[in-house]
Amino acid sequence: MAYPKTYRYTKEHEWIEVKGDLATIGITDYAQHELGDVVFVELPKPGAKIETGKSFGTVESVKAVSEIYAPAAGEVIEANAELQNTPEKINTDPHGAAWLIKIRLINSTGISDLMDAAAYEAYIADKGKEASA
Amino acid sequence: MESATTPHISALRKTPLNALHRRLGAKMVNFGGWDMPVEYPSSGGLIAEHKAVRASVGVFDVSHMGDIRIRSGKKPGGALAAVQHISMNDASKLAIGQAQYSAMLYPEGTFVDDVIVHRLGEDDFLLVINAGTREKDVNWVRENTKSFDCVVEDLSDAFTQLAIQGPRAVDVMRKLADADLNGVKNYWFTYGTVCGLKSTLIARTGYTGEDGFEIYVPSDVATSEKVWGHVIEAGREFGIIPCGLGCRNTLRLESKMALYGHEISDKINVWEAGLHRYCKMEKGDFIGRAALERANGAGVKRTLVGLEMVDRGIARDEYVCCNEAGEAIGVVTSGSPSPTLGKNIALAYVPPAFSALGTVLYVEIRGQKCKAQVVPTPFYKRPKKAAAPPVS
Repeated sequence: MAYPKTYRYTKEHEWIEVKGDLATIGITDYAQHELGDVVFVELPKPGAKIETGKSFGTVESVKAVSEIYAPAAGEVIEANAELQNTPEKINTDPHGAAWLIKIRLINSTGISDLMDAAAYEAYIADKGKEASA
Repeated sequence: MESATTPHISALRKTPLNALHRRLGAKMVNFGGWDMPVEYPSSGGLIAEHKAVRASVGVFDVSHMGDIRIRSGKKPGGALAAVQHISMNDASKLAIGQAQYSAMLYPEGTFVDDVIVHRLGEDDFLLVINAGTREKDVNWVRENTKSFDCVVEDLSDAFTQLAIQGPRAVDVMRKLADADLNGVKNYWFTYGTVCGLKSTLIARTGYTGEDGFEIYVPSDVATSEKVWGHVIEAGREFGIIPCGLGCRNTLRLESKMALYGHEISDKINVWEAGLHRYCKMEKGDFIGRAALERANGAGVKRTLVGLEMVDRGIARDEYVCCNEAGEAIGVVTSGSPSPTLGKNIALAYVPPAFSALGTVLYVEIRGQKCKAQVVPTPFYKRPKKAAAPPVS
């Protein structure tokens, strides 16, 4: 699956797409693949504040619970309600329909330090090598 | 995102099929010190693998399991006496060609490990043990059979063990093995030619709650890969897929089969684990018996129950169970979504006062009290085979 050029990526495998002072956040295709079948998602309610680097929710597969960390600080304006009943969408469309939350940015410093698509692809290729060594 | 299973590759042990799993693109994890496939994205992943075993058939590499053979020394009877001494079920009741679920116990009546005892001959037994406890078990068996006239051999590295599991497993085995399988009932075994390998041990056992077989073949890589290939080929028409340890866990949990380190351990005794059925107090003395007799008189302080989540949330291993007031009363030993039932289920130890069916209790999930209910177990029972249609 292609990694959109307009997104930025974290080492913990979240993506963020910034449009003005609004941003959309999700987990990457690499992340969903590592997790396996996603069966449960827990997300903050609108109005909640999230802080850079802090956990704001969880995505669970059959086997494991994964914390999701905020790539930027902001106030949640919408959580993806569809994921409550169809969490498996995260496995099929992690960069699109299965976004997790939309936020109003409080502080966008640091976002430009996150990886771009090319850097992230190199980062996960490296991880792949580690795993098969 | 942070994965709960961080691989530490270097010191991990590998089965003879390790390279094959990697070629298949399996997701590998550290399981009790072994580098094992947890799921195969090429099979569709854990849920698809789980459903294949319930609906048709899947194949697992379970070569990490250990095998201990105990046979007679100079005089007959020594091996049986040794097995009777170190295990809680009654091995004297086994016919040659029959197997039983049993366990090896510490003097305290708690678990060294659970085990399947196969009677190979009048005075010749094969004990199949867990991977994570292999060395501990072998040492313990050697130590505790010293005074018996028997020979203990660790055959763990001699076999590649494949589990072919599911309602169509018997059809796959019929194509694969030159052996009469009709007489091989659940927990019996036979020998047959599999892929040209004569006298292959074929046991109707498994860890999935389905009908199925486990076969034991020589552990060299070439033979192991050849047999795996033949199983896949024979199973193709039934939709066989490689299955990993991920669905092995969800399958055994639905069937309430114990996992060492979870439902049973050196801290939990037989009565608490609810494994009375496999503990034969009347067979004579065995290690752990005296403590179990005392414990039986005193009554259990905790008991294993099945839970179904009522609130949204998945109970996981080691999560705390509490009462309405929020006081901790017990702990989850295994918890997962159930792919067959579409519900979130768990096994937990709680005081007997909370064990009645329908009892409401709570599982603490990331600081939230989530409602759960005690339900009958096993969560899943395989349907009885329909009677053959009348022949006209």
